[in-house]
Amino acid sequence: MKKVVVIGNGMVGYKFCEKLRAKDPGKQFEITVFGEEPWPAYDRVHLSAYFSGKKANDLLLASRSWYRENQIDLRTKELIVLIDRENKCVLSHLGHKIHYDYLILATGASAFVPPIQGVEKRGVFMYRTLEDLESMMQYGQKAKSAAVIGGGLLGLEAAKAVLDMGLKTHVIEFAPRLMPRQLDEAGSGLLQSKLEELGISIHLNKNTREIKGNGKLTGLEFADGSFLEVDMLVVSAGIKPRDELAEKAGLEKAARGGFVVNEFLQTNDPDIFAIGEAASYNNMVFGLVAPGYEMATQVVNQLLQNEVRPFTGYDMSTKLKLIGVEVGSFGDAFGESEPSKPIVYENKSKGIYKRINISEDGKRLLGGILVGDTSVYSMLLQMVQNNMPLPPEPEDLILGARGGDKEIGAGVDALPSTAQVCSCENISKSDLCEVISEGVHEIDALKKCTKAGTGCGGCMPLIKDLLHAELKALGKNVKNVVCEHFDYSRQELLDLIKVRGIKTYDALLDEFGEGDGCEVCKPLVASLLASTWNDLVVLQDTIQDTNDRFLANIQKGGTYSVVPRIPGGEITPDKLIVIGEVAKKYGLYTKITGGQRIDMFGARVDELPDIWEELIDAGFESGHAYGKSLRTVKSCVGTTWCRYGVQDAVSFAIRVEERYRGLRSPHKLKGAVSGCTRECAEAQSKDFGIIATEKGWNLYVCGNGGSKPQHAVLLANDLDDETCLKYIDRFLMFYIKTAEPLNRTATWLNKMEGGIAYLKDVVVNDCLGLGEELEKEMAFMIETYSCEWKEVVNNPSLRAKFKHFVNAEEKDPTVGFQPMRGQKRPVDWS
Amino acid sequence: MFTELEKYKKAEQSEEIIWFKAASVSAFPENGGACVKYKDLQIAVFNFTRRNEWYACQNLCPHKMQMALSRGMIGSCGEEPKVACPFHKMTFSLKNGNNLDGDECSIITYPVKVEDGFVFIGFDQNY
Repeated sequence: MKKVVVIGNGMVGYKFCEKLRAKDPGKQFEITVFGEEPWPAYDRVHLSAYFSGKKANDLLLASRSWYRENQIDLRTKELIVLIDRENKCVLSHLGHKIHYDYLILATGASAFVPPIQGVEKRGVFMYRTLEDLESMMQYGQKAKSAAVIGGGLLGLEAAKAVLDMGLKTHVIEFAPRLMPRQLDEAGSGLLQSKLEELGISIHLNKNTREIKGNGKLTGLEFADGSFLEVDMLVVSAGIKPRDELAEKAGLEKAARGGFVVNEFLQTNDPDIFAIGEAASYNNMVFGLVAPGYEMATQVVNQLLQNEVRPFTGYDMSTKLKLIGVEVGSFGDAFGESEPSKPIVYENKSKGIYKRINISEDGKRLLGGILVGDTSVYSMLLQMVQNNMPLPPEPEDLILGARGGDKEIGAGVDALPSTAQVCSCENISKSDLCEVISEGVHEIDALKKCTKAGTGCGGCMPLIKDLLHAELKALGKNVKNVVCEHFDYSRQELLDLIKVRGIKTYDALLDEFGEGDGCEVCKPLVASLLASTWNDLVVLQDTIQDTNDRFLANIQKGGTYSVVPRIPGGEITPDKLIVIGEVAKKYGLYTKITGGQRIDMFGARVDELPDIWEELIDAGFESGHAYGKSLRTVKSCVGTTWCRYGVQDAVSFAIRVEERYRGLRSPHKLKGAVSGCTRECAEAQSKDFGIIATEKGWNLYVCGNGGSKPQHAVLLANDLDDETCLKYIDRFLMFYIKTAEPLNRTATWLNKMEGGIAYLKDVVVNDCLGLGEELEKEMAFMIETYSCEWKEVVNNPSLRAKFKHFVNAEEKDPTVGFQPMRGQKRPVDWS
Repeated sequence: MFTELEKYKKAEQSEEIIWFKAASVSAFPENGGACVKYKDLQIAVFNFTRRNEWYACQNLCPHKMQMALSRGMIGSCGEEPKVACPFHKMTFSLKNGNNLDGDECSIITYPVKVEDGFVFIGFDQNY
């Protein structure tokens, strides 16, 4: 068995091990990994998360048990001090000698420390390792202010860490702007003002001459003679490859540091490879994680004799969130590689800067800069990397299409299949599409099996778009199926029930479904059966939601509330007294509802039939407050009492409520009738609202309150009573037939192609020729209505279902109440 | 003293099982559940006719501490039989009590057998 030794257990060293094991399940290589830090490889990119509360363990890329399970000999806290190329072995500081056939140098880099006098003073820190962070945190407890040397990517990451520690933060940059390698002057200026808003002081053009202090630092002196008083200093001004093993081993070193490698990542010894920040290709060190991963992959390919893609440099585009500010820089950010024309959008009040560089012939995108809003980053990067043609108005790419609602740019559909979607893991569009077509249709599963989006996460929006587009293309998302048990939409199921005359859930599941059903399809089918056959819902009680199973609303503590119907909100004093007496007798909490009726809370399940027996004896009937069905038709007093009223709103409301009582629908239904244009019944917030005019009624539809309030819209005006009812019949039946489950009428209308104009055509102009059928169906529902509670109260076997225990007459002992404002409320559970 | 939740754990533990005769088969609705009282415990028992199986678990939903699971709808998720709490539709495996929505809290399940038309539930004999 060949032996691979990896020196360095950082992100890239770990990735090498992971890839080698993943691509070689037969384990033809023995792997030993040395790491000088005390813990296994961790996510250095997100180090600053450590300061916002993440624990060291959260940052680990893999636990120690992962190494064990994969038979990787991990040796932490062990530093390799010598490479003996002649005998092909390495020597550790503990004196261990290990033989290798292939040696991988993944030693990474350390913080670059500029030659400043006084860096050895107490209070000066590097920002590189978890240990650095721990000592920073400890020291920072006594400090009030800190400076960070370095205004680049790493420096600003460090500044975020210092800011999170609660210290007054200064950033010192030698160049005239922040992030000089990624941003131009305008972009950098915008970033600077955003950071300054957060209380960070930025000092540009500053060359630190000396770190002052007697043993412990007290401040910085700059070359221009100025002085900054601080208690702490963090140096994060760049990286220095860890190449100290090179010299003794006779390995070639680059002028600016790093093991010199060829395009196969080989050093001058073909059995020794260098990857990650320790490698120098063409005098370049790649200080990002993505190129490091790519190097690791290519070395693994060589060891396994797979096809190798030579490494000839890497796109250094980056997108990240720096201290809350989104920053992106991609391709040729400054437009320097060839003659180009920039398009720039700057909005200082919104804090957004966008620049794209267009080739001189106006045909290609070369690169660009985004500050404050990087939502189009992935799309733009793809256009650069794949040489995609520009849209006719390239400014649309950063401004959005104006004067139309078409999507900007090309969208994921236009991406070539070779396009790299996740740059950290180098996953292409075709890789993802393949997995999706194999049946992975959940975003989490997709992440898990491709590893796409598991690095920086910046490509997640693109992956989501891609998944949706692919699902659509596979015909998946287009169809809105009910759940895993029925491969049909609600509307299709309703048609099947009607055409096949299916009367039970079990029959439907046997014939058209699979599996054993669930809490989604059961109540949905129950509602469809009720809307079609109007049979008593409690006959199939176990497919009902608990409210429909016990014909009452379950409340905190497991008791139920009882709402008798009070049509139009009109009630006699005698009936009021009955409600009062019943509530008193059973000790119920009472409250007026929003729909002009009275709710009685705190009834135990075994009390429900007794309570209803008394209510029914007094002439009440079920209010269906528990069902996805018609609730109330609210009214104002109208012409009978009101000096402004123009129609008899109460009489009409009672007529409407009694017409549609008990009607099961995709969601609850509410109505109202107002006696004049003052609209005291708030009809425009209802699923159907009727407002009196001098000539008759105006009918409004598809309004609702709730979490997203929406006003109802006018369907027809100046209707007589009969026409108004006819239109409501058609409207409600059309809704019941075509809406998706648990969509109220407002949502249903919002999704309807053609909107209110189409709805008018169907209901008023009868463009589908459905009018008569809809009216007939409604007539059937009205004819077959019966009060569910009356049926239950008079049926001993149905009544027997209303008890808590099947083997004891006892009540539920865990139900308890406590007093509140002269009534009761459920006790809170421990 | 045990908290309400711990009681169920305690009643599940040992290998020595005592079979409690709960009620006749007809007391349990088809493809649905009902609640059985055993000492100070409330047990949800499900007659999963469609699968020709019986299941039992604590009646207490650990999510918001409601005595409600016996009133929940049962069904399947893939092959796994499950119950959905009527309060917030949190779902649990009827086989092992695992929370199927990825949440932490799970429930205790108990063995069930049917003999001579009666339903028996198995408890730790020391409870």
